[in-house]
Amino acid sequence: MDSPSVTPDIAPGSAVLGASSAGPAALPVLEVEGLCIEYETERGVLQAVRNVSLSVNRHESFGLVGESGSGKSTLAMGAIRYLAANGRVTAGSVRLNGVELLGLSDKELRSLWGASIGVVYQSPLGALNPSIQIGRQLAEVARLHLGMDRGAARQRVGEMLAKVAMPDPEAVMKRYPHQLSGGMLQRCVIAMALMTNPALLIMDEPTTALDVTTQAVVLDLVADLKREFDSAILYITHDLGVITKICERVGVMYAGEFMEQASLDALFHRPRHPYTLDLLGCVPRFETSPQKRSLVTIPGSIPRLDELPHGCIFSPRCGFVREACRAARPPLLEVEPDHRAACIRWEVVPPPAEYLREATESLDVVAPTAGKDVVLVEVDGSKTHFKGPARGLIPGRRTRRWIRAVDGVSLTVEEGQTLGIVGESGSGKTTLARAIIGLTPATDGDIRLRGRSLERSTGRRKRSVLKEIQMVFQNPDASLNPTRSVGDAIVRPLVLLGDLSREQARKRAEELLLSVSLPATYFDRLPNELSGGEKQRVAIARAFAADPELILCDEPISSLDVSVQGALMNLLMKLQAERRTSYVFISHDLSAVQHLSDTIAVVYLGLVMEIGHAVDVLTPPFHPYTEALLSAVPLADPDIKQTPVRLGGTVPSAMDVPSGCRFHPRCPRFLGDICVDQEPPWREGDAGHHIYCHIPLEELACLQAETLVLT
Amino acid sequence: MLTFIVRRLGFVVLMVLLSSILIFWATQVLPGDIATMMLGRFASEEARQNLREELGLNKPVVTQYVTWLGDFVQGDWGYSISTRSEIRPLVMERLRNSAMLAGVAFAIFVPVGILLGLLAALRRNSWVDQTISVGSLAFIGLPEFVSGVVLISIFSIKLGWLPSQSAIEPSSGFVKAFPYLILPAITVALTTLAYVVRMTRSSTVDVLQTDYVRTANLKGLPPRRVLFTHVLRNSLLPTITVIAISVGWLIGGLIVTESVFSYPGLGRLVLFGVQRRDIPLIQATVLLIVVIYGIANLLADILYAVLNPRIRYT
Ligand code: SF4
Ligand code: SF4
Repeated sequence: MDSPSVTPDIAPGSAVLGASSAGPAALPVLEVEGLCIEYETERGVLQAVRNVSLSVNRHESFGLVGESGSGKSTLAMGAIRYLAANGRVTAGSVRLNGVELLGLSDKELRSLWGASIGVVYQSPLGALNPSIQIGRQLAEVARLHLGMDRGAARQRVGEMLAKVAMPDPEAVMKRYPHQLSGGMLQRCVIAMALMTNPALLIMDEPTTALDVTTQAVVLDLVADLKREFDSAILYITHDLGVITKICERVGVMYAGEFMEQASLDALFHRPRHPYTLDLLGCVPRFETSPQKRSLVTIPGSIPRLDELPHGCIFSPRCGFVREACRAARPPLLEVEPDHRAACIRWEVVPPPAEYLREATESLDVVAPTAGKDVVLVEVDGSKTHFKGPARGLIPGRRTRRWIRAVDGVSLTVEEGQTLGIVGESGSGKTTLARAIIGLTPATDGDIRLRGRSLERSTGRRKRSVLKEIQMVFQNPDASLNPTRSVGDAIVRPLVLLGDLSREQARKRAEELLLSVSLPATYFDRLPNELSGGEKQRVAIARAFAADPELILCDEPISSLDVSVQGALMNLLMKLQAERRTSYVFISHDLSAVQHLSDTIAVVYLGLVMEIGHAVDVLTPPFHPYTEALLSAVPLADPDIKQTPVRLGGTVPSAMDVPSGCRFHPRCPRFLGDICVDQEPPWREGDAGHHIYCHIPLEELACLQAETLVLT
Repeated sequence: MLTFIVRRLGFVVLMVLLSSILIFWATQVLPGDIATMMLGRFASEEARQNLREELGLNKPVVTQYVTWLGDFVQGDWGYSISTRSEIRPLVMERLRNSAMLAGVAFAIFVPVGILLGLLAALRRNSWVDQTISVGSLAFIGLPEFVSGVVLISIFSIKLGWLPSQSAIEPSSGFVKAFPYLILPAITVALTTLAYVVRMTRSSTVDVLQTDYVRTANLKGLPPRRVLFTHVLRNSLLPTITVIAISVGWLIGGLIVTESVFSYPGLGRLVLFGVQRRDIPLIQATVLLIVVIYGIANLLADILYAVLNPRIRYT
């Protein structure tokens, strides 16, 4: 990262529209005008993107935000003419540095792909060929577009890997994709996309598949590279927090059209479209008040492309709707310089802070559930160790290592309360939940329900015990049988566990559907007729069917859109208030966890690092790991400046747990030998707040006093 | 990698051992007394007893088994009862003939199968794909004695291009035998060909839809390079497995096909042995087939591991 300009030897040849051949900086690199994209499907021709325009300047990143189905990826891929066989661009114009892409032959187009256009997308593991060494895959681009020979290309790859802050580039080049972590792979893909210093870089949810901590590192990297390279970036994401870290301008898409385009600042402070306002409202904020409130949600769902509403396409869900809105589709109007909104009532859209305050006040405060301090579940020194792969040939002398997925966890869940468990992937949080429910039996320690020890595996637990603990999984498809109706899915546990007759069960199931805000008519539907959010509601209804005392929620909302996430969290809170059910809520998303939880446990490599009331965990003193997790969450508020505390690398393998404090190889507050040699003590703060660290709490509090601002 | 090969090899040896026990046991429980068969029904009890003594038939079964296996490993495969000659040279000659037939069949179905499969995948849902897919489906179900007879009636009887029977002199060289090999080889190849086509097509279709093929395209690589460097490497992996497994079917197919065409190969020798209840001959030929099968699978595993870095060598 030495020179800010690009080395001249990679200036692309004449056939290629390199950024260096761009005109004055004021000229947009990418201009899309009136683009329309259609898909031919069984349901007929669907107009996925309708009459959209945008422009991105050199050195600028344009954020394309929208929920799934908004057409944001289709727009980006259609603009560079990479569409599935059934998709086609039907109208409009796309100019890259003045050259019309829509008129190019396939051959001309391929000379631009990879040279003037770089693409990075969601799954870095999928994006690289599993059976070719990484170095060769990257070198391919240098040889093809920069005309380099093998040696020069290799050297260039090494340089590029160094630029994306890859440790030990030489070694990485010889690796195969499955041998690297997600964060490392995404750096490789970014290095590959930037190899030719392309005029346009498209990034499609590049950090969505990564852990928050890794996401933070990759976002920092992209922000750095943006300054170093000349590329205009088209950044696609559903996450408004990520947008604030990367983009200068933002376009909000909804069902194939732009609702609003503005600078980052204008969009967050003066949104001129109700949809933008609602999206901003849905994002869970860090609150340090002990009261739990519902989240603002957007009623309804994104319309199907073949059933678009008349007039304004957002009108069925809009809180500002008037008769006039349904008459004609509002055009994207310039409401102030460089700020466009597709709403005829844009003048009445309030500033988000004010709107949020009013909206939140009108929402119910979820009553704190009575019966506090009655312990429901106690996990006492629970361990789950798996057999690792064996090494060696001779049967008697093979060495076997143990995977210490959960390595001695103690915690309690109180009646009617929520315990949130956070940690990166590989921290053992899911294994712990599976040990509690008995799906993956613990190998040591004790788990008690209302004081009685539980058998380790489900097979040996009594029916009456089984019914008390239920689980909701991340992917509802995995837990719903596609050939059985929704009703069947809910009725089965009722009949199996609850000794009900079929008619009684059906009645109960219909009540349950209503309680998760689904119409009773859904009883006979098949899972694939439901949206992701609806399926998760069914999964929740099923978990509640046996009227359990504890529900384990394993990332139940991570795969859903923001607007749906809010509604599901509200639902979980409502049901808890009504039924006094306890939750264990597992997530890598701290903002969701803090919103729902009364107590929070932060786990790392099979051990609890910090545990306490939500408020205590989220305010200093923090465990250094909690501090890093918090600082990694991209807050959807450009005014908050977060202090970057970054973690290098990834969670080590549970087969080689580091000595002393197991967090020491990555700890930003590492003290020295004491952390390597000695296990840290449990330091106790107020009201059951515990931190597992060698640094005394007062000192931590001092160090961290000014690091984080939470509002 | 070495550990991996050694372990695989261990498995193959184990499989061969188990099969040898099975073969030995099966031939033991087969009705009929060897001594009677060798000497004829009218030989004296004393002569029979002497022969049993000589052949070790009076010893405990386990000893017999160990001696037999030991001799087999050392290359002493014993004497055939029906031809009254040494088994090994006989089997080796037939093995060579079968290998020639299998080789020609391989040379047909491997390239043709892969090419057709690729063509179908690349022209997915076009008429080319439909024709290839339906055609291969039809051939999968076709037994060799039907396809063999159909081929004979078309190419030998109707068109007169190729000989209908392949009862060549067992010691003929490849060049001389070649015209007689074509029809039986096609017959053997057809079923396997169909499997190779289907496997190649479906895995190529899968690979074409992966993100890394999208990456390769968006790198701006010419379509041909995308196909050769990025698609084939991954899409041919399952095909290689099918080809390796096909060695097993091939042996089954050879037995039938060699009889349809009266071709002097190993398959026909096995059949001959069974018809004559020639137990030493059956034992030797069947065990040999098991060994060949094991080696083919071992080679396929190693090849797969070399091409696929994701396999863990443990
Ligand atoms: S045009 Fe009307 S319905 Fe559409 S967003 Fe504006 S106020 Fe809402
Ligand atoms: S004990 Fe040491 S390494 Fe562990 S968290 Fe505390 S400061 Fe960091």
